Amino acid sequence: MYWEKDIETIPREKLEALQLARLKESVAKASSSVFYGDLFRKIGLDPNDITTLEDVRKIPFTTKDDLRDHWPYGFLAVPKDDLVRMHSSSGTTGRATVIFHTLNDINEWTNIVARSMYMTGMRRSDVFQNIMTYGLFTGGLGFHYGAEKVGALIIPAGSGNSKRQIQLMQDFGTTAIHIIPSYALHLSSVFEEMGVDPKSDTQLAIAFLGAEPHSEKTREKIEQFYGLKAYNSYGLSEMDGPGVAFECPYQNGMHVWEDNFILEVVDPDTLEPVADGDGGELVMTTLLREGMPILRYRTKDLTRIIPGPCECGRTHRRIERIKGRTDDMLILKGVNIFPIQIEKKLMDIPGVGTNFLIVLEREGFNDLMIVKVEVQKEFFSGDLKQLEGLRRRIVEDLKSDILITPKVELVEPGTLPKSEGKAVRVIDNREE
Amino acid sequence: MIAYQLSIFAEDKPGRLAKVTGILKKGKINLRAITISTSDTFGVINVLVDDPEGARSILEEAGLTVSMKEVIAVVIEDRPGGLDRLVQLLLENGINVGNAYGFVLESRKKAVFVVDVGDQLEKTQRVLKEASLETLDAKALSAIEPFHYMNY
Repeated sequence: MYWEKDIETIPREKLEALQLARLKESVAKASSSVFYGDLFRKIGLDPNDITTLEDVRKIPFTTKDDLRDHWPYGFLAVPKDDLVRMHSSSGTTGRATVIFHTLNDINEWTNIVARSMYMTGMRRSDVFQNIMTYGLFTGGLGFHYGAEKVGALIIPAGSGNSKRQIQLMQDFGTTAIHIIPSYALHLSSVFEEMGVDPKSDTQLAIAFLGAEPHSEKTREKIEQFYGLKAYNSYGLSEMDGPGVAFECPYQNGMHVWEDNFILEVVDPDTLEPVADGDGGELVMTTLLREGMPILRYRTKDLTRIIPGPCECGRTHRRIERIKGRTDDMLILKGVNIFPIQIEKKLMDIPGVGTNFLIVLEREGFNDLMIVKVEVQKEFFSGDLKQLEGLRRRIVEDLKSDILITPKVELVEPGTLPKSEGKAVRVIDNREE
Repeated sequence: MIAYQLSIFAEDKPGRLAKVTGILKKGKINLRAITISTSDTFGVINVLVDDPEGARSILEEAGLTVSMKEVIAVVIEDRPGGLDRLVQLLLENGINVGNAYGFVLESRKKAVFVVDVGDQLEKTQRVLKEASLETLDAKALSAIEPFHYMNY
């Protein structure tokens, strides 16, 4: 039932003592990085000033902008030779955040993924099909290594190629899958097309859903169609990736592995801690990271801590399903996209007018990004071919940047709502 | 002679054409020909009118995106083979037609074929002149009266 019974069921006071000891080490490690070294000097913080767990609040927040501003090596706390892997949260732009890992970092991360998977009932007898993109994105490799540690047989299927996915499931008796919820819904239509019923024609029992915010209703749909248990997970590359928080068999909130992270929920406006159980922005601190410790990271994700113990016996606190974000970041098929990225790209293309609008739709079971772009008045020469060329160029340029193929619609100048101040408008129609 | 065609950028949705014709009606602009080409979610409305400059300014005032383009309006015979003669001539001279449309001037006698030949404008004019084919300019187009233009 437990991957590491002692640590998973550790009494709260012991867990907090462990966190404090690790926090002290983490702060000391961080101080050797350029970013935290400068920061601590500036505010006069000595790692020895951390004497209680509450002292974590003496440390200023770290934001995604800090990571970008000190890209790529400003957060490194070890020599580069000690690093064994990097991951990146999104796209190919300079805005992407890059996280570096030492071998110990990878091992610790792998361990919490294994712990999470084991918690849901996955064992070495399982056949695990990882239907996730392998690469810079943490979801593919993170789960891969975790499943390997559990000892399951891994089918590193990667994403896409729906018919082959189903074929693999049948040929090798897949029992567990890791899948993006929207793709799981999409795949259900391919199952129907192929006349395969996942309930009777496959041995699927567990699905790990991740990389995309989704509703309880979506989970239910997936569980019903596939005849399995679907577990929600939470992760972000800044805090390793998948495995940060995971549902147990009670499926009532995600346990945050507090031996690896300090968990805070703050009011996104005042940045003060909220009362126990109240909603706010999730703030996290790495406790074991060597290569790139990150302290009090503002995740921009909105959630709340579920008060009280869980029936499963684990003492690590649970957070609720992510409710939304405090910034305008979009998550589409596991890729983080900021509207500003799209704006930057668009404004480099001759013929593009001043306004644009991003509309997110769910088409069938697929998330679709529609970018409506005003054409520059002077650009229009009356030639349809020229417009079509512009449209295609926009699709290509955006695709190369955000790694998702958007649908681009050219619209008449002056017909989109003007962007005022905060700019960029996004309409998300994906909620059911 | 050169004629002027107006092209209006329009999204492919109900009401866009009605907006254009409404504006032209208000401005007492007479249409000689109209074509619409669409691609995906947007398209171009091409109009040949009796007063291109006037039409352009009222359309732009109404916030539409308009482009004026030089085209050649060739008078052809309205009988079998009338258009073919022109098109064969263009082919022989290596002239490529980007966009084209036609309308009848006088039934069974005269028709007009409007061609957009891109940057081959001068060459086309020369070829047509050598072949003694008549072309109409904006003024001639505005003078068109149904059924009896060439008789006066």
